[in-house]
Amino acid sequence: MNAVVTASGLNKRYKNTVALDHVNFRIESGRIVGLIGPNGAGKTTALKAILGLTDFQGELSVLGLDPRTQRDRLMEQVCFIADVAVLPRWLRVREAIDFVANVHPRFNRAKCEAFLARTKLTPDQRVKQMSKGMIVQLHLALVMAIDARLLVLDEPTLGLDILYRKQFYQSLLEDYFDENKTIIVTTHQVEEIENILTDLMFIRDGKIVLDTDMEAVGERFAEVMVSADKAATARSMKPLDERQVFGKSIFLFDGADRATLESMGEVRRPTVSDLFVATMKGTYA
Amino acid sequence: MKTFYWLVKREFWEHRGGFLWAPIVTGVVFLVLNIMAIITAEVLGSRHGFEIGGGNWQMMITKADQGDLAQIGAGLDIAMLSSMGLISIVMGIVVLFYCLGALYDDRRDRSILFWKSLPISNTGTVLSKVVSATILAPVIAVVVAVIIGIVQLVIFALVLSLHHVNAWQLITLAHPFRAIGTLVSSIPLYALWAIPSVGWLLFCSAWARTKPFLWAVAVPAVLGLLVSWFGIMGLFNLPTVWFWKNIVQRALLSVFPGSNIVYSDSALEATADLGDSHNPLSVLSPMHTYTLLGSPNLWLGVLAGAVLIAGAIWYRRVRDDS
Repeated sequence: MNAVVTASGLNKRYKNTVALDHVNFRIESGRIVGLIGPNGAGKTTALKAILGLTDFQGELSVLGLDPRTQRDRLMEQVCFIADVAVLPRWLRVREAIDFVANVHPRFNRAKCEAFLARTKLTPDQRVKQMSKGMIVQLHLALVMAIDARLLVLDEPTLGLDILYRKQFYQSLLEDYFDENKTIIVTTHQVEEIENILTDLMFIRDGKIVLDTDMEAVGERFAEVMVSADKAATARSMKPLDERQVFGKSIFLFDGADRATLESMGEVRRPTVSDLFVATMKGTYA
Repeated sequence: MKTFYWLVKREFWEHRGGFLWAPIVTGVVFLVLNIMAIITAEVLGSRHGFEIGGGNWQMMITKADQGDLAQIGAGLDIAMLSSMGLISIVMGIVVLFYCLGALYDDRRDRSILFWKSLPISNTGTVLSKVVSATILAPVIAVVVAVIIGIVQLVIFALVLSLHHVNAWQLITLAHPFRAIGTLVSSIPLYALWAIPSVGWLLFCSAWARTKPFLWAVAVPAVLGLLVSWFGIMGLFNLPTVWFWKNIVQRALLSVFPGSNIVYSDSALEATADLGDSHNPLSVLSPMHTYTLLGSPNLWLGVLAGAVLIAGAIWYRRVRDDS
């Protein structure tokens, strides 16, 4: 497998905050990576560095190119949706397609139009007449018609209703993603992308605190529901987190012995959100 | 090259209102005002029982000598070019605000993130805006002005033919082709002359975090005031007038077509010619205006503009506030 993104010693500081603190990571081809972290943890900075939108120290190679100096070439193979509703308000659907079709060498017009045919968008409609959900539909149609090797999504569904959100990820999975493509996505709505991710990265205070694939998450982390009498034993095993439900305690363990856990109660795989909350405990304190 | 064409086209799409409709509306308003004036004259004339020119126009023209004919021709030329005067001012305003917003508006509404997600170089983006300001806008303005000018001429001819004047003979006195040639030939010179202003405004547009207009106007104005103040205080012997004329005005007002005439040394000479033939075309004639190509003012301006545009490209790349 070849690496799509390799970062080593990635460092970026703004005036008085450290956005990225000597970060190292590697993203392989054909993965869907969730980059998840609290507000201000450095997610967007990391994505901006990958997209060549910001300066940084350290080494970063995206598809074998340096995003700082070879950005123009890089953008032929990389695509991104930086945020909802960043399409210019004066742009018409027809103009958007014409423009991208003529400046992007890897754009497939038929594919874009086929996707738009499934929406309510009309060629003469302007972005300013669209709802937030429709803007995302247009943006997604443009992006999905581009045969890019890396797609970066930064909070692509923020502020959308659940219908648009579901449709967004479903379209990506069904009509876009394949083994030659890589997707990096950040979002706060972790539950919705949990089952489509292949890899998980937690970022906190500019540091990667967890970098694993989803299978390993199930092997490494476990959640046990323990009745009150065994709670003390569980607590002595240094759980990551503890919470109370219906008089029972739920403990989250990292790398604990399976057999011991099973002897204490019902063991299950933690959800990404529970894992996230446990890992990020005290962030805002 | 194809990408560049589409970049310019994008500018046109976005600024159709300023680039296309503003000159058209200005021209049409101008025509309507003229027609209203003509109707007023006709109505007042007939109400007071006399006809303008008294029906003797044809006789006057037949009897007119060479000099008088030249004056009539000059009058018609002025009529034809006058719409360009108004359209020029409107176009100057459009270009001024276009340049100030060109590299700023998309940062403010964050749509820069969409443009930057496409394989377009920053150089290409900035240069497409330079071309839109210095070539696209004046070409459209000139085309509109020529059409309006011809319509104006036809209207005059028709009105006069109602007064038994041979319209065709009249039109032969005017120089419509020379007027068109003058307007068209002024475009390349305008582009060169406007470069320092366009460069400065685009630079502010790319650099300013907020309020590019304020920066663009305040920086040269404050510098000018300082220079004047030092001059008044007698601290340094700074060339105050030179500074206002060659820095402040060149940075801000060179986007207005015709602003170069003030600087042309031969303008006076042309005015002298005007005394002879009374034809405004001589002031605007390429033979006079293009003597500017020999002046260092023009080329230093182009150089300064190029440096500022390079600065705008640089800031387009590094400004990361969206």
